Amino acid sequence: MDTARPQGGAAALAEPGAGPDATTPALPAGTAGTAGGLQQRPAPSPGLRTDAELSDATRDDSSLRRFLRGLPGIDPVGLEQRAAGLATRSIKKNSKLQAIDLAISMVDLTTLEGADTPGKVRSLAAKARRPDPAQPGVPSVAAVCVYPDLVAVAAEQLAGSGVGVASVATAFPSGRAALAVKLADVRSAVDAGATEIDMVIDRGAFLAGRFGEVFDQIVAVRQACAGRRLKVILETGELGTYDNVRRAAWLALLAGGDFVKTSTGKVSPAATLPVTQVLLQAVADWHARTGEYRAVKPAGGIRTTKDAVRHLVAVNEVAGPAWLDPYLFRFGASSLLNDLLLQRRTQREGHYSGPDYVTVD
Amino acid sequence: MTAIAPHPTPGSALEWDYAPAPESAAIGRIRDRYRMYLDGDFVDGQGDDLTSVNPATEEPLATVSTASAADVDRAVTAARRAYEGPWSAMPAAERGKYLFRIARGIAERARELAVVETLDNGKPIKESRDVDVPTASAHFFYHAGWADKLAHAGLGPAPRPLGVVGQVIPWNFPLLMAAWKIAPALAAGNTVVLKPAETTPLTALVLAEILADAGLPDGVVNILPGAGDVGQALVRHPGIDKVAFTGSTEVGRQIQSALAGTGRALTLELGGKAANIVFDDAPLDQAVEGIVNGIFFNQGHVCCAGSRLLVQESVADEVLDKLRLRISTLRLGDPMDKNTDVGAVNSAEQLQRITELSATGDLEGAQRWTSPCPLPDRGYFFPPTVFSGVTQSMRIARDEIFGPVLSVLTFRTPDEAVAKANNTPYGLSAGVWTEKGSRILGMASALRAGVVWANTFNRFDPTAAFGGYRESGFGREGGRAGLAAYLRSDEGAQA
Repeated sequence: MDTARPQGGAAALAEPGAGPDATTPALPAGTAGTAGGLQQRPAPSPGLRTDAELSDATRDDSSLRRFLRGLPGIDPVGLEQRAAGLATRSIKKNSKLQAIDLAISMVDLTTLEGADTPGKVRSLAAKARRPDPAQPGVPSVAAVCVYPDLVAVAAEQLAGSGVGVASVATAFPSGRAALAVKLADVRSAVDAGATEIDMVIDRGAFLAGRFGEVFDQIVAVRQACAGRRLKVILETGELGTYDNVRRAAWLALLAGGDFVKTSTGKVSPAATLPVTQVLLQAVADWHARTGEYRAVKPAGGIRTTKDAVRHLVAVNEVAGPAWLDPYLFRFGASSLLNDLLLQRRTQREGHYSGPDYVTVD
Repeated sequence: MTAIAPHPTPGSALEWDYAPAPESAAIGRIRDRYRMYLDGDFVDGQGDDLTSVNPATEEPLATVSTASAADVDRAVTAARRAYEGPWSAMPAAERGKYLFRIARGIAERARELAVVETLDNGKPIKESRDVDVPTASAHFFYHAGWADKLAHAGLGPAPRPLGVVGQVIPWNFPLLMAAWKIAPALAAGNTVVLKPAETTPLTALVLAEILADAGLPDGVVNILPGAGDVGQALVRHPGIDKVAFTGSTEVGRQIQSALAGTGRALTLELGGKAANIVFDDAPLDQAVEGIVNGIFFNQGHVCCAGSRLLVQESVADEVLDKLRLRISTLRLGDPMDKNTDVGAVNSAEQLQRITELSATGDLEGAQRWTSPCPLPDRGYFFPPTVFSGVTQSMRIARDEIFGPVLSVLTFRTPDEAVAKANNTPYGLSAGVWTEKGSRILGMASALRAGVVWANTFNRFDPTAAFGGYRESGFGREGGRAGLAAYLRSDEGAQA
């Protein structure tokens, strides 16, 4: 299935000719199956140390528990201090314009309401392809994110556009359903044409310490949506501590999630800078150990350009510049896009316009 | 089983350079010439003018009139007159009002003060804006509240001020150190003659304008710029009742011997070679932040800087890898740029001292790692530097470098950590990183340091006492303990 990177976006902004062909995996696709066949990850590239600890971590329930509990703790005061420090970065002029276009290309334009209709999804899809028809050079967004029953509508509208079709699945947002129901949910989204699946973890099982169960569910979902990119929603607002957020993130990475995602957007607090920073640190540490690049998606509560730029600064300085790429970082958002478009006009035209100069969808 | 797609390596990320975001130098309203503040007036001193230099550009910033021995004498006389006159006669609550007014005056001119501080000192604008100036204001606010509550300071029912206080402060936190010295002295009812550092006199003289605008009675605070000779004349002046000094251990020693037998009170805040101790159960990412903050905050020009990293051997490689990665993200350059993390070294002399001392690290066999950050082509800059493989016998583990140079040592057990941390003539500060509460408490009582931070470093608050012992000096600043340095207990305990 199509694992192609979204078109436009940062690839268009960056220096031409950089990077390998996006559809070709840079790492060999060996499947280093472990006992139980649960863990699947590509064999390490030459020169990277084989991380025995990581493959042992998923051998059985107690190994997994030991590994997750053995992760270094997170001191909330220090974490929040760093997040506040990064938020004071002053991003101006051309660097702000770059950041705005990059952020637009990273948006997963989302509608997840009971009142969603095919008409609503069609207009959202049109906006996703051309966010600001009046402005030349605005990149399209990364993906549109909808419930499974509206995937077909979105897929039809976005065919050939390079914009991904993401669907929440697995009894979103609570995840309180039998695994069979969750998997059926995933398959229906995949069958309807979803290119990305946003699953939720079983927070009840996680908080009860049944890490193996959460792991197995992620692996099962991953198999059900093979070929699509899998975003694993941790719902950090329900996990209570940064230590738990780090454990859940590593659990998702071990189980093969392509993305770790903060929130459903249905629980407050959703994405905060410190929480995003924990996830960025996790994917950076994962990369240091395995050589693999995994992605991060904060979702919920990021509404302004200023918020988005602060997140990008954290991406740049905590994970590293390699993550300044819609393939590796997304914003789950709805109202953010219009603020980005307004700020983009302001930067280019030198004066503020107003909310009526961008489209309401 | 279904084949699972691997995670491809991404292609091209954005080349994202932060555009320069300089604060405007005009906000500092730097004048060509500054005069000393004596007996309520801004007057020319009889000393030779000094030129203050912007260490980031090596260009002269302003000329400053300096004091002579005769000026020191006039200032002490004025302070004595103010002490015996209006300042002692005033109800304590009225004294407090002046302090509140000064605190507000600093807050109102915060942006200007931050710019002046950065131009004069070389520290990054984000530090002067977010740390130095707000903390200076906070010190006046905190001590304003004490002025009419001294009976509750634990020094007896009616503690009395000492009289005229001579204060000499260093160049690393020019405004903040002035606030640390002046605020408690005034709250306790003393009057002050203060000498700012030779290379950084400007913010103290802007503070003098704020004092004058607050309507502080003439002579209550006098600010006399000058070099070491002015400081020497001040601390040896027979007309003062107490000396408070922050600076090098060497000068502190001279002052203490000069004051021996005079009956004058003395507090000293001197050098340090703090150990920052990281255990294997520490929150490692935040420990890395704390190590960076501990040694690169203010270019390492901090007496309590965590200049010796003691890391448990079992996590040493991991911590050092993370540390080097993190240090590589520090942005060194124009201190006026809001995105600069590491600014300029304050003077050519200090830069030379840092360069020479770190060269001994190479000679003695430590491994030097230097941040790959580009250095500006002018100004006094020293890149963040880490020495690993350091042993207790090396000079870089013993001498205070007072610059952005970290020495990394390892330990195996808590006892070894304590033994190495305490193996220094200094005793100002220390840091402990562990998630185990009992270990924090155990370490705090075993470490011979005046300040022990747990899972943080370089945090300053006016309510917390700061100070050291052994060669780091004596006496406390801040908190209730800091008031004792400026009060005579009515039980006669204080000399």
